[in-house]
Amino acid sequence: MARISGVDLPKNKRGEIGLTYIYGIGRTTAKKILDSIGVDVNTKVKDWNDENINGILTYIANNLKLEGELRGETQQNIKRLQDIGSYRGIRHRKGLPVRGQRTSTNARTRKGKRKTVAGKKMVTK
Amino acid sequence: MARSIKKGPYIAHHLLAKVETLNNSNKKSVIKTWSRSSMIIPDMVGHTFAVHNGQKFIPVYVTENMVGHKLGEFSPTRIFKGHSSKKVK
Repeated sequence: MARISGVDLPKNKRGEIGLTYIYGIGRTTAKKILDSIGVDVNTKVKDWNDENINGILTYIANNLKLEGELRGETQQNIKRLQDIGSYRGIRHRKGLPVRGQRTSTNARTRKGKRKTVAGKKMVTK
Repeated sequence: MARSIKKGPYIAHHLLAKVETLNNSNKKSVIKTWSRSSMIIPDMVGHTFAVHNGQKFIPVYVTENMVGHKLGEFSPTRIFKGHSSKKVK
């Protein structure tokens, strides 16, 4: 059982995919890690030996910031924007898109589910 | 697209001149400016700028955390006071 940064990796997936279950590792990083320790990306997670796992752990310890630490960093960056009262900070506080997207329509990812306003007449021709 | 490093940060020359004179004379006073696109540089920390938002000047006290942002980021141009309540007939 491979357990890295407090996350259990799926046994029956290819190594390249299995690593992406960790927050902060995507396909590119996963490939980089496996290349650096000389393991084929198609090797299943269950077929890694202890040496491979140790190699992955040392690579992560030396190069990457993952999981809780990374989430904390992101939170801090947002908090800094909010504390200095910048436009981006205010948008984060209001839960609206930060990078200048339109909000008349769309922007549902940031705004969440539609909140219908009762009694609002639809515009008819 | 990011600005080329060769050019350095953009600061309006008239604003930079005012900051320098204040720093040289060790005085603090509010600097009125329309230059929202000027980058905040370490020299400006501790000064207060009155940044125009298109209608009036918003006082911005510059702290160390703000270095690298632009003055306009701290002077909102739109004020949203909520949707109007239902009209009474």
